[in-house]
Amino acid sequence: MIVRVVLPSHLRTLAHVDREVKLDVEGQATQRSVLDALEARYPMLRGTIRDQVTLQRRAFVRFFACEEDLSHESPDAPLPDAVATGAEPFLIVGAMAGG
Amino acid sequence: MSRIRVLVGTRKGAFVLTADGKRERWDVSGPHFGGWEMYHLKGSPADPNRLYASQSSSWFGQLIQRSNDGGKTWEPVGNKFVYDGPTGTHLWYDGTPHPWEFARVWHLEPSAADPDTVYAGVEDAALFRSNDGGQTWHELPGLRTHTSAQSWQPGAGGMCLHTIVLDPSHAGRIFIAISAAGVFRSDDDAKTWRPMNRGLRSEQIPNPTAEVGHCVHRIAMHRSRPSVLFMQKHWDVMRSDDAGESWREVSGNLPTDFGFPIDVHAHEPETIYVVPIKSDSEHYPPDGKLRVYRSRTGGNEWEALTRGLPQRDCYVNVLRDAMAVDALDPCGVYFGTTGGQVYVSSDAGDNWTPIVQHLPSVVAVEVQTLP
Repeated sequence: MIVRVVLPSHLRTLAHVDREVKLDVEGQATQRSVLDALEARYPMLRGTIRDQVTLQRRAFVRFFACEEDLSHESPDAPLPDAVATGAEPFLIVGAMAGG
Repeated sequence: MSRIRVLVGTRKGAFVLTADGKRERWDVSGPHFGGWEMYHLKGSPADPNRLYASQSSSWFGQLIQRSNDGGKTWEPVGNKFVYDGPTGTHLWYDGTPHPWEFARVWHLEPSAADPDTVYAGVEDAALFRSNDGGQTWHELPGLRTHTSAQSWQPGAGGMCLHTIVLDPSHAGRIFIAISAAGVFRSDDDAKTWRPMNRGLRSEQIPNPTAEVGHCVHRIAMHRSRPSVLFMQKHWDVMRSDDAGESWREVSGNLPTDFGFPIDVHAHEPETIYVVPIKSDSEHYPPDGKLRVYRSRTGGNEWEALTRGLPQRDCYVNVLRDAMAVDALDPCGVYFGTTGGQVYVSSDAGDNWTPIVQHLPSVVAVEVQTLP
């Protein structure tokens, strides 16, 4: 399936991509499978969204979709159907903090 | 004619300043990595076009960037910094145990001989090395597992390994400094370490002459005399004539002996520079006057260098990695401020002029002298 992912501007610059990337995700669309596909396509993003060892989301990164904050959902929970079908993007957002 | 390349790290990006050997007209390139904290950039002595840069942010963590063309283009390389083995605890600000956590790379020190070998000093304090141009990083765990490590405590900026000095004449000898643990030396290529803090006195710790626990801000060495080290400590400017085995104070007539950077003239190993700062809670120069102090006697006797520097209403700081010298004759001296100025003196400190005046807060300044 094709999942649309929107990156924050600093990570778009780092990965040399436009606002939205389309990823071919194998199996069920979950945070983990989407991030695995994203990091496989763009290795320079490893460590910027989640810790490379623990795979924990970085504290100042949030995951939104369908006007919901999914940041605290299980990484293996299915993403909303609208994300899995490509109707809605999966948003990776830099929190309004830090810096 | 030689050329000069100044690598500037700021809170919001990196800048590359270039000039010919006159050091009068400067080209400014940047911001590179705009919006990111650039704690340090440094070039390889073995290949001056090979640069390494530490890029980080509180949102997206640590990246390492590498350039093979003197900073025109960059590529992200490895950013996986994983402590080797159980990490245990050090002391937190309140004296309670706190787990070791990687935060960022403070300092990158490329090998003098191999452009693909580079050391990284990190927070929480540890030493890493890459032998493949930054693609992969491996901790050299002998330092972090030193018997004293569980008693190390962070300075105000975090428990950072901020200084790495590679001895050019003793193979395998490395000096490092940690805030607030002190100086350590290895003589076996980072396998084992000894604290090198005898003679330091810090009234802010329970035992002012303890073996570890001193907030060393910077150490500097002249390549021709690697057994002589100079130190800007939290308070006190110090000197060692025996490769760190013992230290004596050389603050002399400085108006205040608090400060962050210290550096050595490229051709005069007894000529050193500091920037006195009023106090550890007032991180600005005394009397609103930005003055570099120079000693031509290896300490104790200091002269204020003021020509071209603001002598009223100046309340900037100069951070520990934000001073450097070039290798020209006369020696050029450079420093950056938290107010975004980078100053150059092309006559060893007698006269100063700003290269740039409105950058983000400057964290690091390194200089390359190019053929």
